[in-house]
Amino acid sequence: MSASTGVRRGGLRRAEARAGLLLISPTFLVVLALVVLPVLWTVALAFQELRLIQLSTAGLFGEYTLENFEEVFTSSGFWGSLATTLVYATLGTGSAIGLGLVAALALRQGFRGRALVRASMLLPYVAPVVAATFVWGVMLNPQFGVVNAVGTGLLGWEEPVAFLSQRTSEVSLLGLEVGVPTALLTVVVFEMWRSFPFAFLFLTARLQAVPGTLEEAGRVDGATPTQRFRHILLPQLLPTIAVLALLRFIWTFNNFDDIYLLTGGAAGTDVVSVRVFDYLVARGDVGAASAQALVLAAVLAVLVVIYLRSGAKEEVA
Amino acid sequence: MADLAPARPAPPAPSGGPPAVSSGSPGRRGPRPRRWTRDAVENRAIAVLRPLVIAALLAFTLFPFYYMALLSVRDLSALVAAPARLLPALSELTVATYADVLAPTAEGGQGFLRLIANSGVIALGTVALTLLFAIPGAYAVSRLRFPGRRHVDALFLAVYLFPSILLAVPLFVFFTRAGLRGALGALLLVYVSQTVAVSIYVLRNYFATIPASVEEAAAIDGASRWVTLRRITLPLAAPAIVSNALFVFMIAWNEFLFALLFLVEDRPRWTVSLGLSQLAGSIEVPTTVLMAGSVILTLPIVVLFFASERLLTGGLTAGAEKG
Repeated sequence: MSASTGVRRGGLRRAEARAGLLLISPTFLVVLALVVLPVLWTVALAFQELRLIQLSTAGLFGEYTLENFEEVFTSSGFWGSLATTLVYATLGTGSAIGLGLVAALALRQGFRGRALVRASMLLPYVAPVVAATFVWGVMLNPQFGVVNAVGTGLLGWEEPVAFLSQRTSEVSLLGLEVGVPTALLTVVVFEMWRSFPFAFLFLTARLQAVPGTLEEAGRVDGATPTQRFRHILLPQLLPTIAVLALLRFIWTFNNFDDIYLLTGGAAGTDVVSVRVFDYLVARGDVGAASAQALVLAAVLAVLVVIYLRSGAKEEVA
Repeated sequence: MADLAPARPAPPAPSGGPPAVSSGSPGRRGPRPRRWTRDAVENRAIAVLRPLVIAALLAFTLFPFYYMALLSVRDLSALVAAPARLLPALSELTVATYADVLAPTAEGGQGFLRLIANSGVIALGTVALTLLFAIPGAYAVSRLRFPGRRHVDALFLAVYLFPSILLAVPLFVFFTRAGLRGALGALLLVYVSQTVAVSIYVLRNYFATIPASVEEAAAIDGASRWVTLRRITLPLAAPAIVSNALFVFMIAWNEFLFALLFLVEDRPRWTVSLGLSQLAGSIEVPTTVLMAGSVILTLPIVVLFFASERLLTGGLTAGAEKG
């Protein structure tokens, strides 16, 4: 290559650029047509009065109005739904990462069959969401679910708990009756079960990359296991945990499948994504559905920018 | 739910085992006095807690799968009579549930055989199309300099992070308008648009580990870029391509939202996921029959996962790693 003249090198460059564009263009076109343009179109739809039944007669671009946002922002349900979504995403992310960390640390030391145990722990993450939510729904069923059967039979519960259809239940805590958001906590526990393997996988990989000499040095200096975790391991893991928290939060915040399949958005689990679906399919109110989707997108955009700016993506190794 | 949650967070594990056992280099460590120091207490506690935590985690993780398999072979009346029995009597076991769920609807079954075929066609089609698009794309992004390469990179990352619910509205409206909502081809393309970005990331990262000098050597021997790609680069990248194919298959096989939006009105076109979710609400189909359907939906994924776990775990991390 070094012997080639400037002209020839320019020709090669151009040939390379042509080949590159040719190879990337099919993917680019699919993504453009089915992701980018639809997202932009959502913006246009959010500013139109469009109902599903008028669809065959309406043009793609109609009259623009702010009514959808007015309707969405002034409806009492929306802000409560946004709050529910935040609580769900925060608790779901935190518990999944916490459990993933526990699993990664507990399985750090080798033993016979560890590879099999590790693989088994990834199952909730790869299993079909419809099957997982169905089996959880049956497990928690008040009539014949195993959890309630064990709870009333062995643990002395006074009556079965309708985990997925009860908004709150009174739990006596130190003599005080406290209202607990039953269904919301149940979907959070499901989210923890389903996505802790993701955190487990990343934290295990990161733990393997921690130099053994660091901990050995700590041990020689007399640091106890908890001290070594607090002062040696945890600082090494924090960047990974930060990235995981951001990624999991993004996905949990927008999660539709799990809640729709578990509760249908009832009993205080009415997250924004399920509302978007209901407005679109049940009410056929395309404009209001788009407006709420845009709110989700705005939150997401902020998070993605944080993610890209942080430079933290290089930390996940 | 407390009974399902794992016991309690475990203190961290020392990497080299309890210090009392000489796992490290004993020469560097002084004799350890056998007293109840904080170190000794913590190590004892960890030694006791670790197996407990692992057992609790395994139970929490795997119990729903065991329960699924169990209920799929239990007789319904036996289940209602003794819902807490986790080791069923041999007499109440049955495979009639599987016969019922698989049989065609015309014969009074739930027609899952047909749904399996639908899911299989859609998942395999998605794999084939995604690879067809992603392999050249990933090669271009990792090897060739072209205008806009960096922007394409950022775009694909954004697409990967974009959740499908945000696309639900415009795609639903558009395909309804175009009269293509029930078309399998339309659904296939939507699936490809969801998987192609992450595929490019995974494959690009793998291409980057193949030394460019190997390809340059082929070029010097007179091979064209296409011959090099087909004869040199693709065979070397085979492990990544296979793991990516499995990953895409799982996404397409498991997918729910778009199947619901596009196919729900047309029962003969349902996927297994969609069929199970639609029948789950009905009171006419017994729970145990639907559990058999759940096993049918889950089993291919579990088998594929364990058969290729080593390949796939790399793929899962690589997939979310995004270079």
